[in-house]
Amino acid sequence: MGMTGIEIFKLLPKTNCGECGAPTCLAFAMNLASGKAELDQCPYVSEETKKILAEQSAPPIRTVNIGTGDYAIEVGGELVQFRHEKTFNNPTGIGCLITSDEDDASIQGKIERFKALQFERVGVMMRPELFALLDKSNDPANFKAFVEKIMGMTDASLILMSPNPQVMEAALEVAKDRKPLIYAVTMKNGPKMAPLAKKYGCPVVARGDGQLDTVIKITQNLLKMEIKDVVIDTGARDLKTQFTHNVMIRRAALVDRFRPLGFPTIVFANEMASSLEEETLVAATFIAKYGGIVILSDLQPHSVYPLLLQRLNIFTDPQRPMTTEPGIYPINNPDENSPVLVTCNFSLTYFIVSGEIEACRQPAWLLVKDTEGLSVMTAWAAGKFSGEDVGMFVKKCGIGDKIKHKSIVIPGYAAAISGELEEELGGWNVVVGPREASQIPKFLKVFKPE
Amino acid sequence: MAFEPTKQKYTGAVRQVTLGVGDKAVTVGGRSCFPFYTFEGEMPNPPRVAMEVWDKNPGDEWPETAKEPFKDVLDDPVAWAKKCVEKYGAEIIALQTRSADPNADNKPAAEVAAVVKKVVDAVDVPVIVWGVANHEKDIEVMRLVAEQCSGKNLALAPVEEGDHKQIGAACMGYNHVVVASTPIDVNLAKQLNVLLGNLGVKDDKILIDPTTGALGYGLEYTYSVMERITQAALAQGDDKLANPIVNNLSIEVWKTKEANQTTEEAPELGDAKTRAVLMEAVTAVSYLLAGSDIVILRHPDTVKLVKDYIEKMMA
Ligand code: B12
Ligand code: SF4
Repeated sequence: MGMTGIEIFKLLPKTNCGECGAPTCLAFAMNLASGKAELDQCPYVSEETKKILAEQSAPPIRTVNIGTGDYAIEVGGELVQFRHEKTFNNPTGIGCLITSDEDDASIQGKIERFKALQFERVGVMMRPELFALLDKSNDPANFKAFVEKIMGMTDASLILMSPNPQVMEAALEVAKDRKPLIYAVTMKNGPKMAPLAKKYGCPVVARGDGQLDTVIKITQNLLKMEIKDVVIDTGARDLKTQFTHNVMIRRAALVDRFRPLGFPTIVFANEMASSLEEETLVAATFIAKYGGIVILSDLQPHSVYPLLLQRLNIFTDPQRPMTTEPGIYPINNPDENSPVLVTCNFSLTYFIVSGEIEACRQPAWLLVKDTEGLSVMTAWAAGKFSGEDVGMFVKKCGIGDKIKHKSIVIPGYAAAISGELEEELGGWNVVVGPREASQIPKFLKVFKPE
Repeated sequence: MAFEPTKQKYTGAVRQVTLGVGDKAVTVGGRSCFPFYTFEGEMPNPPRVAMEVWDKNPGDEWPETAKEPFKDVLDDPVAWAKKCVEKYGAEIIALQTRSADPNADNKPAAEVAAVVKKVVDAVDVPVIVWGVANHEKDIEVMRLVAEQCSGKNLALAPVEEGDHKQIGAACMGYNHVVVASTPIDVNLAKQLNVLLGNLGVKDDKILIDPTTGALGYGLEYTYSVMERITQAALAQGDDKLANPIVNNLSIEVWKTKEANQTTEEAPELGDAKTRAVLMEAVTAVSYLLAGSDIVILRHPDTVKLVKDYIEKMMA
């Protein structure tokens, strides 16, 4: 909760009746502030107090849900400015623009690429999630038909874009069940556009004119109307201004607890660059710096893939590396003559190595040693992948019962442990494998355990 | 009234470090705000782009997409470095002394140093000489380089705890800059700077190498340690961490599988060259946002993209 005990105390009845279980209202206020009590334990708080406290205890940045089903995303809900303080929660949504006057081949291409862009990495599915559909016709029937057409082609989450409330409403009638993001309420169209968010139960973008103050006015109006699922577009269309806005918004929300800016942002990279390459760098900037959603003009794998990797990196837990359960992993139905390889239990390493073995279709046993989630070299440097450690693990894990040979392949980067490992295992043949996992297929083609 | 969010209070600034001599000398650092937060502090010097040159033909270690722009100069480090400066606008050359690697070519130190000197003499921009992270060999090579390139104000890297005395002394003796290298750890970074200080290396003769991970291969660790170094220096007044940061990133990015797969091998990842270039550029952008002062890059297309990017962010 953002308020101190004294601040809360001022809002309480101050009768010290004791019914809440605390001896005095002040004591109760202190308990509330430290999270040791719940407000409804006091039967006498006013509605006004309840409202103020509820607002104060709301997260500083609203979590906004967009879309339904597989491609639904949550944006916002962030609690810190720097990722080492605490995990960044909700990965930036990545989307692509389609305009209503775009030709079919172009639309088809974007939809196909969207569907193909699915990558599994460290057990996580990486892919873009959104299409932003921009009306160019200013005709309700036309935009409605266009939105319906796209809905028939993809389950992607949608952003509906038109400044005209009538056009928007026509599209919402067909798309409302998909919970699209309405783009946008402006200073001009607010009175007509904002009610649509309520009527159709959809989140909405507040779009400014390039000034923070304008967007603040718009969100304040929305808050007055009790519209809370809001995403901010400040209207900035150059990289540096947008960067400055995003930093200021994050800080205003977290440090100043300034409600009108306590919302995720949307960034139109497509409007801030003159090539897809430049756009990619704009998008990268706002994946790192506080973008809730970034929109690109196209989805080309050579541009989206680096962004997906970056997003995965930035939005991981900074405290604990992702780990894989240690043990014996049979890959491609190995038998008693199949090679045995050993690696660490850092998820990234495990997925890379097992992926290479799988892809080359050579049967093998992969031993995953507990290194507390450290990569091969890091673990070795930290004393968690020594010859002795690895040897003990190999003996204990039970691989000896599954194979007839006595060969073990170690990572090339761990070559230094081979002598010690040979000693520890006594009679085993320790083979130093390649350094990079990408060389494993070539290696397995010729390698015969003995 | 216009809305004004709270301003971050800064108690320090990153100190300025100059590399090279003459007209093309480069000064980095001086920043008194988080990277590009120029609405609340100063950023007198833009981050700089260094281009990577190897002292030997990289052969199979580089994919064709990386070799293509340099195919006429790969066997000639001098011509290669000149091409980077004259054709591609390199502001600094990062010469990697790969031929010295004891686990590979293991070329004698004297020969390695002689090539370094030729490169240094051939270009007017500053040169970072990046060794092979083998203490004995780096000490041998860097001592010769420091002496033979005396007066050129080079930066010598990586200087680790295990060889800081020898390489640090050589830098002091011949007035070069030390690139203090530690494995992704704020405390170790600080400790090495303290050790270098005890040795007599001046504060404005130190760059920090936080150790660089590639996009998808540990980027997040380097990113966060850089943010922490920047915070310690600027917001917590930790003078011993207030040095500019250099990221030797191209060598990490171009080693990854995705940067090496051809378009035919990985059609699902799009055009091979653009993919690798954007992986390199996205890595660079991430590190610039985390506080990098010098990014070492390989492909001319990346260099152009990142230079344009820096210009826009400095606006
Ligand atoms: C990120 C990182 C960290 C992270 C940890 C990340 C993690 N979960 O492991 C942090 C910041 C915590 C860290 C800490 C340390 N680190 Co560190 N770290 C790195 C860094 C940048 C990347 C490591 C990485 O994630 N690689 C990616 C994974 C996928 O690689 P991998 O596990 O090796 O797997 C590859 C291959 O080995 C191969 N492979 C894997 N298994 C197998 C199996 C077989 C059979 C085969 C054939 C191949 C194979 O396939 C994979 C892909 O090719 C490297 C430097 C670098 N650029 O590589 C330094 C590095 C590994 N760290 C190093 C050090 C010294 C440390 C510390 C000891 C520093 C310290 N004194 O505190 C600590 C130790 C940690 C501890 N708790 O005590 C040194 C090790 C030097 C050495 N060789 O002795 C390195 C090389 C940096 C350096 N140049 O100094 N580190
Ligand atoms: S129940 Fe309410 S009024 Fe009574 S002491 Fe507790 S806080 Fe005060």
